[in-house]
Amino acid sequence: MSAFDIAIRLVYLAVATSFVLGLHLMNSPVTARRGNLLSGGAMAVAVAATAAMLVHEGGVRPWAWIALLAGAALGSGAGLMLARRVPMTAMPQLVSLFNAVGGGAAALIGVHDFGQHGASLPVVLDVLIGGVTFSGSLIASGKLHGLVPGRPVVLPGGRAVTALLAAAMAVASGLLLAGHGGVVALAALAVAALGFGVTMVTPIGGADMPVVISLLNAFTGTAVAMAGFALGNSVLITAGALVGASGAILTKLMAEAMNRPIGAIVAGGFGTGDSAGDQVPGQGSVRTLSADDAAIQLAYASKVVVIPGYGLAAAQAQHQLRELAELLESRGAEVSYAVHPVAGRMPGHMNVLLAEAGVPYEQLADMEDANAAMPQTDVALVVGANDVVNPAARRPGTAVSGMPIVDADKARSVIVIKRSMGHGYAGIDNELYTAPTTGMYFADAKKALAEITAAVKVLVA
Amino acid sequence: MNTQLLADLTVFVLSLLLGFEVIGRVPTTLHTPLMSAANSVHGIVLAGALIIALTADGVLGYTLVFVTSAFAAMNVVGGYVVTDRMLEMFRPREGRR
Repeated sequence: MSAFDIAIRLVYLAVATSFVLGLHLMNSPVTARRGNLLSGGAMAVAVAATAAMLVHEGGVRPWAWIALLAGAALGSGAGLMLARRVPMTAMPQLVSLFNAVGGGAAALIGVHDFGQHGASLPVVLDVLIGGVTFSGSLIASGKLHGLVPGRPVVLPGGRAVTALLAAAMAVASGLLLAGHGGVVALAALAVAALGFGVTMVTPIGGADMPVVISLLNAFTGTAVAMAGFALGNSVLITAGALVGASGAILTKLMAEAMNRPIGAIVAGGFGTGDSAGDQVPGQGSVRTLSADDAAIQLAYASKVVVIPGYGLAAAQAQHQLRELAELLESRGAEVSYAVHPVAGRMPGHMNVLLAEAGVPYEQLADMEDANAAMPQTDVALVVGANDVVNPAARRPGTAVSGMPIVDADKARSVIVIKRSMGHGYAGIDNELYTAPTTGMYFADAKKALAEITAAVKVLVA
Repeated sequence: MNTQLLADLTVFVLSLLLGFEVIGRVPTTLHTPLMSAANSVHGIVLAGALIIALTADGVLGYTLVFVTSAFAAMNVVGGYVVTDRMLEMFRPREGRR
């Protein structure tokens, strides 16, 4: 090995180490940002080192340089623009989009390597996994963005098509590995993989999508590692494996928080997606509150727990919420936020929104602590949350059975801000809404919070 | 199996184990940024896009390089920027209280 080669290998080793450290630093909110910067810096070094290797080796044709630089410029520009401009509520679909193109790139590397060296196990796996995550992640992104129906779309014969595509992938792979089939088999594999990605993700409902995105993220990491094997590049292998493994664990953690087995999530067909504006009448009567009713309860409460949900995100009402919270705190109330692990569209989604509104993260209580203190809580303010506070979860036999919930019904009084009696993802009635200590405030979260805040101000003036 | 492949396999397995370990204690509040961060890391595929340029030839080859590097660059640049955006919001409380 020449001195140059040794230098590059050592640089790659430092880069891989930095990736591991960067991920490790993500364990705490205090060091998380630093971890990401470290990882980003290492990435830049890795790309620079690889570019240096290209120059050193020579032999890259001028048009290849042009294609490379033009592609990189275009991709960087698009990525930068999207990442900067897209609102926080659209984060999940953006992450899924980036995942899609990452998987696509890995698959294309496999295709190129096939052209150079023919088929091998890494190449076949690379194209297969990369293809599935490319189309699967695009569908996932589309579902969350509303371009594709969010509800689980189960087409007749859908399972059969999926099985057929899986078989096609297996056959094409077998042919390629045995040395037959050539380009046609590779094309068949790629097409089958793309199709499989579509049929795999389409029947999955919007609520399960975050888990699926995490799973697809892990897949892309694995595809990248396979590309690394094909190219004989150690940093791709390491980074790819890191992402594959950490993505797999994260998927498991997310599924556990929802108390849904991963197999059931992937099989799909659950829930109703985002039933916005679904006017479904509830069983039992509900108490409706006016702004003044709500204001009286809140103004004289000494302990308030806010339970945010997707409705908060959809209405972009996090700033209104913080304003109300600060008003109550100035009156001496203790305000905390009980964030359910899967409230909103993604685990941590609520946390990101509240942080954006300037809510200090020390006020975000995790579910166990919040539940323990719930009997001493004067008012539980549920903002746009549904399934995560449904007491039906405590009984077996319902769509949300077994899921850990925030015990809003154990507070002394409950105020629920919601547009209508529409169902959440689980598609069932929420027993909290008809409980005797619960009052419903039917309005969009932003409007509701603004009205209640104004009413509190009038009351205490 | 040659030495290189064995070495690659060793690195692969150890990296998997590292990946499992490192994620162990992430608080739920950081799940989404972590997913985004992991997404950015597989943007290393950009290095792979560079490498295939070494042997790229002909219109098809150049087009492949173009698309691969565009995809990879979007993953890596977008990924890091969006993760940073999520994380910059986790600041400790300013001012007194």
